Amino acid sequence: MMEKRYFISSYCHIRNNTISLNGAAIYQGQHPDFNSLAKSAYRHFETDYSKFFKMDNLSKLGFLAADILLKKEGVLPENEENIAIVLSNRASSLDTDRKHWESIRNPDNYYPSPAIFVYTLPNICIGEISIRHKLYSENSFFIFDEFNPSHLFSYANGLLDMQKAEKVLCGWVDVDGPGYEAFLYLVNKKGGIVHSIEEITRLF
Amino acid sequence: MEALKEELKSKIIEQLNLEDVSVDEIADDDPLFGEGLGLDSIDALELIVMLDKDYGIKLADPKEGKKIFESIGTMADYITLHKTK
Repeated sequence: MMEKRYFISSYCHIRNNTISLNGAAIYQGQHPDFNSLAKSAYRHFETDYSKFFKMDNLSKLGFLAADILLKKEGVLPENEENIAIVLSNRASSLDTDRKHWESIRNPDNYYPSPAIFVYTLPNICIGEISIRHKLYSENSFFIFDEFNPSHLFSYANGLLDMQKAEKVLCGWVDVDGPGYEAFLYLVNKKGGIVHSIEEITRLF
Repeated sequence: MEALKEELKSKIIEQLNLEDVSVDEIADDDPLFGEGLGLDSIDALELIVMLDKDYGIKLADPKEGKKIFESIGTMADYITLHKTK
């Protein structure tokens, strides 16, 4: 049986104070940290989702990249599309884990914040994207030492081959202290770039 | 009491990350949950921690929060009566 061929229809990067869509910069700023960039980009793209400000930095990063990419693709929350989400990173939720630890490390000042604690899992980032876009689809979050295009490629193809999803939002969303990097792409049945390990590596 | 209400409004905006809300926009009797400020269940837990951390009030039963957190006014009344620091 011939293998089905899939495509990358759009991709988005957020890193080094720059947000780009399909390789072209669409927002640039001189921000001292990611939180400042996120706040400014939220306003720039007229995101209109007040819960955004309650998210941790990992969720803000994934949410922004997904929102920009899915808007470009014309994905509307009211259409409830079957888009699976497969994300990955290196630091898991360590950035938020550290903040939680800070709030509990001193027994004489032990006040864990529920709002921080709920983000001490990386897949909460997927939950935030799913809530925003009303996605009730398959999802997974993998932790790797470094970006792993072959795993993402196989996993996305598997979901599409088994008809678990119509499209797959894939990529890398990593936050660790001051460092942040997102690369999301949409695997689709049509598009301009062939879905292959080589192309994922090249786009990353 | 008025100073406490203003203090609570500032703390709620800051600690619950209500980015698009200012102190002036919160009336003393605005509902904090539902159609008012739109706070959610995690925010309710944050308010319980805030009572403990800032005012030395431990809620034995989280269900008590429903009445206490109705509005800034009800919160201020409860804190005035029960604060230990």
